[in-house]
Amino acid sequence: MSLALFLCPLLAGVAAFFIRADIPRRVLLALSATAHLIMTVAAWIIGPSPAVGEHLLGLDACGLLFLMITSVLFMAATIYGIGYLAREKPVHHRDFEEGELFANAPEARFTGCLLLFLSTMTLVALSRHFGLLWVAIEATTLASAPLIYFHRHHRSLEATWKYLLICSVGIALALLGNFFLAIAATDAHGGGASLLLSSLIGPEAHLNGVWLKAAFILLLVGYGTKMGLAPMHTWLPDAHSEAPSVISALLSGALLNCAFLGILRAQQVCVAAGLGGFGRELLVAFGLLSMALAAVFIIGQADYKRMLAYSSIEHVGILALGVGLGGAGAFGSMLHAVNHSLTKAMLFLVAGNILAAYGTKSVGDIRGLTRVAPISGVLWLAGLLAITGSPPFGTFVSELTILKAALDGGHGLVAFLYLFALAAVFIGMATSFLGMAYGSPGNRELPQTGPERWSAVLPSIGLGLLVLILGLYLPGGLRATLLSAAAGMGGF
Amino acid sequence: MAAWVETLLILLTLTNLTLVAMSRLGACIRTVALQGIVLGLLTICVHPHTPSLYVLLLAGGSIGLKSVVFPLLLGRAMRDTHIRHEIEPFVGYGVSILVAALALPVSFWLGSRLPLPRPASTLIVPLAFHAILTGLFLIVSRRKAITQVLGYLVLENGIYTFGICLVQESTLLVELGVLLDIFVAVFVMGITIFHINQEFNHIDTDRLSALRD
Amino acid sequence: MQAVVSIIHWLVALALAPLLLGIIGRTKAFFAGRTGSPFLQPYHDLRKLLGKGAVYSHTTTWVFRAAPMVGLGAVFVASGMVPFGGSPAVIEFPADLILVVYLLGLLRFATVLGALDTGSSFEGMGASREVQFSALAEPVLLLALATLGRQTGSYSLSTIFVDIAEHLSIHAGPAMLMGAVALLVVFLVENARIPVDDPNTHLELTMIHEVMVLDYSGPDFAFVLYGAALKLWVLGALLVGLVIPVHVGIRLIDSLLFVLGMFALAFLVGVIESCMARLRLLRVPQMLIAAGAFAIFALVLVLRQT
Repeated sequence: MSLALFLCPLLAGVAAFFIRADIPRRVLLALSATAHLIMTVAAWIIGPSPAVGEHLLGLDACGLLFLMITSVLFMAATIYGIGYLAREKPVHHRDFEEGELFANAPEARFTGCLLLFLSTMTLVALSRHFGLLWVAIEATTLASAPLIYFHRHHRSLEATWKYLLICSVGIALALLGNFFLAIAATDAHGGGASLLLSSLIGPEAHLNGVWLKAAFILLLVGYGTKMGLAPMHTWLPDAHSEAPSVISALLSGALLNCAFLGILRAQQVCVAAGLGGFGRELLVAFGLLSMALAAVFIIGQADYKRMLAYSSIEHVGILALGVGLGGAGAFGSMLHAVNHSLTKAMLFLVAGNILAAYGTKSVGDIRGLTRVAPISGVLWLAGLLAITGSPPFGTFVSELTILKAALDGGHGLVAFLYLFALAAVFIGMATSFLGMAYGSPGNRELPQTGPERWSAVLPSIGLGLLVLILGLYLPGGLRATLLSAAAGMGGF
Repeated sequence: MAAWVETLLILLTLTNLTLVAMSRLGACIRTVALQGIVLGLLTICVHPHTPSLYVLLLAGGSIGLKSVVFPLLLGRAMRDTHIRHEIEPFVGYGVSILVAALALPVSFWLGSRLPLPRPASTLIVPLAFHAILTGLFLIVSRRKAITQVLGYLVLENGIYTFGICLVQESTLLVELGVLLDIFVAVFVMGITIFHINQEFNHIDTDRLSALRD
Repeated sequence: MQAVVSIIHWLVALALAPLLLGIIGRTKAFFAGRTGSPFLQPYHDLRKLLGKGAVYSHTTTWVFRAAPMVGLGAVFVASGMVPFGGSPAVIEFPADLILVVYLLGLLRFATVLGALDTGSSFEGMGASREVQFSALAEPVLLLALATLGRQTGSYSLSTIFVDIAEHLSIHAGPAMLMGAVALLVVFLVENARIPVDDPNTHLELTMIHEVMVLDYSGPDFAFVLYGAALKLWVLGALLVGLVIPVHVGIRLIDSLLFVLGMFALAFLVGVIESCMARLRLLRVPQMLIAAGAFAIFALVLVLRQT
């Protein structure tokens, strides 16, 4: 089952490189996404298996949760993406911003890399070995770099280079962290080191504290680079704003979670070794820094895709903060990972519609969205409420849980800074979003008119509904999985 | 064997010191290739009693990849892009050597804080740290995209030095996965460099500055 | 007994120092395909210069006249402090290596003052370069000597070089090798040899050491020349003492071995000068910093072992 989950998109991805005709390739993409989702749902019904034994692959609660998110988002992205690819003619396009001509990368390469990307993200969720986890996370970087460079112009190229180099260096540090972990696990009597999660968090693991701390710092910095924690976030706004919107949705919604999973695994080991407090302090510090920095850049941000990217930095900050607070915070963080992924993917997909409708990424040039594209306009406003954590959306519940954890734990200052950053982000985003949604479009010439396509809005509607439902009602199965995942991080 | 391990580690550090002082791109690529050979020999020397298939495979893989495939890839990228062969660093060569030399005491201090449980040599930790620091320094202090890739490789070599002290039979798959990943990373970076050159007519990364806040 | 031997050694050193210059010149001539001047040519030069009268520019003061004597005095004392082939030097006390380094510094200071005293911009330029390079070379020399001191557990040159062999293990090999390389660079820079400076040129604007002594004539120039030869010997003795650490125990053989080592070093310098072009002036500090990196590396390696 685990192997099939990983191999199905891998093989489909390799095949997609060699299929010449567009229609069969898109069918293959849709089929793989569906098959992946069905298998994930099946795995969900079977339920998580605790990390024991010598298996490299397996699904514990954490992995299952992130696999589910990835699979759902990929389904949404596939529906959106097929419509998107059908519209993107293989001819030269005029660059919205500078008016130069550029071409797209071949569609076969795009689809192939997309499927490989899914396969590597699945591997991240499945892996139970720190080495394998590293290989998978580095592979996600490599599979997604060509996706960012789909529109072949100089800005996307610059974003791709920064993404490749900064993430590769960051992940190289994580590899060093893995080696440190292996050293920490080597016992003084000459036993071998194993990087299997089961043996590292098992009762007979006696880890060397100093090396474990060093390993945790490196893993946090390394995977934190990929996750977009400040101050290692510098690649993130560029990559997320220059990639096609459907890719941005996957990067923000699914890929950041994969990197987060790497940090969670490290924290699991720390907790099992009795050093959970050390990791928590670092996570709180990085989390608050990310939120503060994101708030600074969101206020007055002129590019709405960059604004969404900075919002992602804010939300990974919240995720790190939640785990750092522990207790109910870890549960809130897991729930927030789900909510944020769904919301951010929805927003990026809507942002793609706006970009197609207006032909600009500048906040100031967009007015009257609710009139030009009514469905997208409504979704954009709903997304604003959801991403800023307003009731009745799921993000409200998860952010409130984290706030409660901070107050219960007696971290008054942390709670204050958290609320302050959330308020600043709310003001910054609301100002821009409301300005875009209302008003009159004026006599601006719009590149695309006509009714909105179902493939462009349906995924966003679906994702938005999911977030809304999660805000009103938390299914028992999901709750159990979230609790089980949080338990590994020192939650209850 | 310990003396051999130390000699190879010192050789590795000397190549690092040379690398920061070098002004020709081609010579830099060859020096990094030399590091690959040193690391391959180190793999064998660290495990004198178990010259198993696994160790040989790893040594062969690292020599083949780091000292044959990468130099060919980077050399090709260098020729295809017709770039100037002078490195043009942000930080002058003299200061660069000084930084690399002063990184040595820092690495030894770090090494004294983190003692290995059963070290093949006490030099492994500090000198691996030094390679990592040198790699990071090369990445931030050099202008060309291709030299940043070289810095990445030096960083990777430093990390690999740690790795070979921990080689273990059961994780062959993972170690090979690591090598494969690095290979693909350099490959993708090479392609990107090629595109950067086509798009901009240069590969100076300090001029990639359209995206900023 | 030991004192007598040491004094004899010192006298031999004083006598043989100019011969090194002769060997270097002869080697270069050989590589250039010429016969070259005889080995003893420096002695003839010194004798000739001592027999002449001196000419002084009327812009100079007593500083100019005192400089060669002060310099020669400093390096004369220094030559009595370096050991000779496994036997202690005449002047020996704990941490004397610092005094040796500063005596060489005094020589340089005197030369620079004398050059500045002439008021010639040409000589001032040479002085400025000399000081710039020495500022980089001196730390390297001290670091390299500190490495040796740390390895042998003593900071007296005599003790270091007399029982250096007992403190060397296979583990110290790379560190000692790097220390030797650093010393060789310092040796070339301090003695104004190629690839840093060309001692034969008086014409180029890029020269360093020779330009400072242009105004000396007669006995003063003889002092300068002999001082330079002694400096070559002092720094060379450090290098040779490190490269040939083993002593058989028979004084005569050890001394002979040492002298042969010094000649070999002079030959090596001749070879280097024949094979290499002079570095661009901008590259010289880089070379010195690289030598410094070697010395730091060697010191760190030695520090780790204890």
